[in-house]
Amino acid sequence: MSNPPLLELEGINLSFKGVKAISDIGFRVAEGEICALIGPNGAGKSSLLNIINGVYQAQQGRIRFAGQERRAMQPHAAALGGIARTFQNIALFKGMSVLDNVLTGRNLKRRSSWLEQALRIGRAPAEDDRQRAAAERVIEFLRIQPWRDEIVGTLPYGLQKRVELARALAAEPRLLLLDEPMAGMNAQEKREMSRFIVEINREFGTTVVLIEHDIGVVMGISHHVVVLDYGRKIGDGTPEQVRHDPEVIAAYLGTRPAAA
Amino acid sequence: MEFFLEVLIGGLLAGVMYSLVAIGFVLIYKASGVFNFAQGAMVLFAALTFVSLLERGVPFWLAFIVTLAVMVALALAIERAVLRPLVGRSPITLFMATLGLAYIIEGAAQALWGAQVHGLELGISDEPLELGGLLLSQFDLFAAGTAAALVLLLSLLFNRTRIGLSLRAVADDPRAALAIGIRLPRVWAVVWAVAGFVGLVAGLLWGARLGVQFSLSLVVLKALPVLIIGGFTSISGAIVGGLIIGASEKLAEVYLGPIIGGGLENWFPYVLALLFLLVRPAGLFGERAIERV
Repeated sequence: MSNPPLLELEGINLSFKGVKAISDIGFRVAEGEICALIGPNGAGKSSLLNIINGVYQAQQGRIRFAGQERRAMQPHAAALGGIARTFQNIALFKGMSVLDNVLTGRNLKRRSSWLEQALRIGRAPAEDDRQRAAAERVIEFLRIQPWRDEIVGTLPYGLQKRVELARALAAEPRLLLLDEPMAGMNAQEKREMSRFIVEINREFGTTVVLIEHDIGVVMGISHHVVVLDYGRKIGDGTPEQVRHDPEVIAAYLGTRPAAA
Repeated sequence: MEFFLEVLIGGLLAGVMYSLVAIGFVLIYKASGVFNFAQGAMVLFAALTFVSLLERGVPFWLAFIVTLAVMVALALAIERAVLRPLVGRSPITLFMATLGLAYIIEGAAQALWGAQVHGLELGISDEPLELGGLLLSQFDLFAAGTAAALVLLLSLLFNRTRIGLSLRAVADDPRAALAIGIRLPRVWAVVWAVAGFVGLVAGLLWGARLGVQFSLSLVVLKALPVLIIGGFTSISGAIVGGLIIGASEKLAEVYLGPIIGGGLENWFPYVLALLFLLVRPAGLFGERAIERV
């Protein structure tokens, strides 16, 4: 993985009312890689994702995405620039159908005016067809066709996770942020989800940053692992390097090296 | 039987007038979870601006367009100055803010255009029209037609366009909406602007019916039972709720009035709303359990 970095964080600091959540974190994500953020609960992983897509604004630090350096990201700019994400506790439009949810992911791709859309004239009809076709491709890719017209709120949890991934994928992102995509899944669902993530990465060249607790899964699918603990970065490298890093082992197994 | 039908249809048509006001509430409630108490003041402000322009010799259509522009500007100002700083506050805080806003808008209307009562003539005669043996009010028919056109327009806007999809997305889950790149402030601005437009239409019809005066802002109180019956989150609910209120209050007045005394019309809708609250708190078309203020 010697590609130029798609995403580069530098000196990120975030605190909530004086409580430091992230201190001085920086790392790079190369274009086309799967990068895993791991670490115990409260290590600052989700906060970091929120900073990357602009939900939180870091008090200090810089974000460079696709060659553009920013003090902080804004959610709309992030989405427009090609950053899509899923959430730890699913954020779907529960009252809408699967297809409509996936279509919302393509909201920013529409070019026709609202007048054309309301009256189905001009560019709107052809565009509607294109959006729908693109949404259907994503639905097929993630194998959720049987549920495409179901209301999302009625689907089981594992499927909702997949629909959320479909919505993110529908935006044709350059960078896909996945916050615990396999949380609460059984072994088979985890295998399926891992396979989808790897396929997305291979097929579309999408760069993926994911948070995951299952170390087996992380080591199996990622090219690059960043380890956080108490808001600091304690490890950064290939799965192989990180696996043998004494500090990482200590943080994970809870056995700090005995004081000399 | 003919008389019954006349009362019923007259009531339904009158109910459409209530629906018009209720729709303004639904729009804003759906998009931002705010019960906008200032909707009545917006109705008044629109009607007063329009009638004052007319009285200064501005032609009808120009006055309409200028008033619409003023309402949109007002909506954008409200979003910017009041809603945005209060993002994420509790519903009761937002409700209190709109309550204050209602009085500010009323005061501004008064300061701008004076406090006297204006007559508003839309050029529709209010003489009864005979249709299939029934006597119906021409004005009510016109109001119903206008409301139908408005609802059609809104449903096209909200069901087919990107902004409509954004609105539904924001109403459903603001966090998810943010993640797919929807700008919440912009959606709110659009919704308030559309609510201003609905307020203008309601203001013209109500103004023509009652005269443009300060009691016009009290139509909010008539919209409340409509919302409780129809549900706060559904435009169809607002329509059906309005029809139910309109028809039942007229029928109650005519048939129960002689038995338990007149003036029934004024309080009957609230009794009906209370019954609905007990039996079906989310209203006929309401989604989930919603907080009432």
